[in-house]
Order: sequence, then structure tokens, then C-alpha cells
Amino acid sequence: MLILFLVIVALVFAVQAIRAKQLITSALWLAGVSALCSVLFFLYGAHLVAVIELSVGSGLVTVLFVFAISVAGDDVLDTKPVPPRLLSAGLAVLFVLLLGWFVRSGATTLPVPSVVNPPLSEVIWQQRGLDLIVQVVLIFSGVLGLLGLLAEAKAPLDGSMASEVGARRERDLDALASQILNPPEVVE
Amino acid sequence: MSLSLFNIAFLCVIGLLGIGFYGLMVSRNLIKIVIGLQILVKGALLGLVAAGNLNGQINLSQSMALTVIVADTIVAVMGIALGVQIRRRVGTLDVRELSKLKG
Repeated sequence: MLILFLVIVALVFAVQAIRAKQLITSALWLAGVSALCSVLFFLYGAHLVAVIELSVGSGLVTVLFVFAISVAGDDVLDTKPVPPRLLSAGLAVLFVLLLGWFVRSGATTLPVPSVVNPPLSEVIWQQRGLDLIVQVVLIFSGVLGLLGLLAEAKAPLDGSMASEVGARRERDLDALASQILNPPEVVE
Repeated sequence: MSLSLFNIAFLCVIGLLGIGFYGLMVSRNLIKIVIGLQILVKGALLGLVAAGNLNGQINLSQSMALTVIVADTIVAVMGIALGVQIRRRVGTLDVRELSKLKG
């Protein structure tokens, strides 16, 4: 019953995250979904994933959302969506029904639980080594993305960098020469 | 349909997937689209963990779920960075307005 309650609350939170008008409210509802999902992960036995989901999904991503919304502004778009809401809802329900039918028809013969369940460290470091490399590459990409997020917009240069610097230096030298050759007159 | 652990997880998975799918379709704000995508991935993650629990290979599913969490976070970071930069340069987050851009 606890799991059913958590599932219902998570679904309500997810609906609220989509329905919320303000982005900041939507991000906070999403954090709630993530926290409830992490509790579900723990109850299903995935303890490591639960901890990481709670810290990354519910913590880091929410902080990033709040930061981005504070930078970009919390615009309320009251305009209608491109496909009508009714059509979108119908398609989503159709998607859910088809997925449910597909899974239920295939899950009539449930797989036999495997007796071989190697330890997590062996699975991560030996069996799924390629995944680790992919994760490292992804983390580097994420760091570059964060740098892009934090970068300030600069005015574009007209010419190449060298010509811009040279032109600025010539302007400074001209201003200095004109000051030396034509000193300002001292008014007595 | 009895409410076993698998059935409850199944309900949550298809619910989250449907809500995320609906959010992707109706949202016009770039950041809201990323939020819809996050909900979609939460459903996929829960499905992965529940399948591992059902199959008795929870450690394998945890390893895969870790990769999904990393990829999902990176997608969110890139989407947010893209949204912030677009907002700075174009002045809007509305995808319909952005689709009218030329040049």
C-alpha cells in the first residue's frame, strides 16, 4: 500500500509539473517527482540508484533549473500549444494504452528470476566497462555545457581578432600623439 | 489485475511516460520541454529498476540506471544551457517563435 500511495503521489506531482504556469513551480514539482522516484527505487532494491537519483535528480538538476530560470526569466506563456490540448491528451492516452497492451501481452510469461546476480562492483567495473567510458565522455560534455551556461554574451567582432587589436592600438597611439602635439591650453 | 509490486511499478511507468509524452507535445517553452523530458526519463528509469527486481538481476539494472541518470543529467544541462543562451540572444523561449527565425 505504501508503494501504491507513493506512485499515485508521484503521478499527481508529474501532472502538476506539466500543468504549472510558472517555470519555477514546475521545477519544484519535478524535484518532488524525482524524490518520490528515488524512494521507489529504494523500495525496489536499487539502493545505489536511489541515492544518486536523490542527490543528482532531485538536487543538482533542480538547482540548475532554478539558476537557469533566474537567469532567463520566468515567462508565462499563455499562448495555446501548437497541437490542441485535446488531441495531445488523446495521443498520450493512446500511447499509454498501446504501451500497456504491449507490455501486458508480453509479460504473461514472466521471466524466471536469475540465480546469478554478481556484485555491483563487478558489474560496473568489469561487465559494463564501456558504459563507464561513455559516462566520462558525457560528464566532460556536461562540463562544457555548464561553461556555456555560465558564459556571458559578448559583442561580436567585426573583423579578425588580430585586426581588432591592431586597430585599437592604432587608435590609442593616435589619441596619445594628438595629446602630445596639441596640449590643452591652460586657462589663466 | 492483482496489485503486485510489478503491477504497481508498471502503472507508474506507463503513467510517467504518458505524462511526459503529453508534456512534450503541449509545452512551447524550451525549459518546460526539458522538464517533460525529465519526467519521461524518470518513467524509463523506474521501468529499468522494476525489471531488474523482477528478473533477479538488480545489480545489472542498477548499473544501466546509473548510465541513464548520467545521460539524463547531461541532456538536462545541455538543454538548459541552450535555453539560456537562446533567451539571451533572441529574447524568447517560445519554440514557435524560434521556428520563425531565418538566416
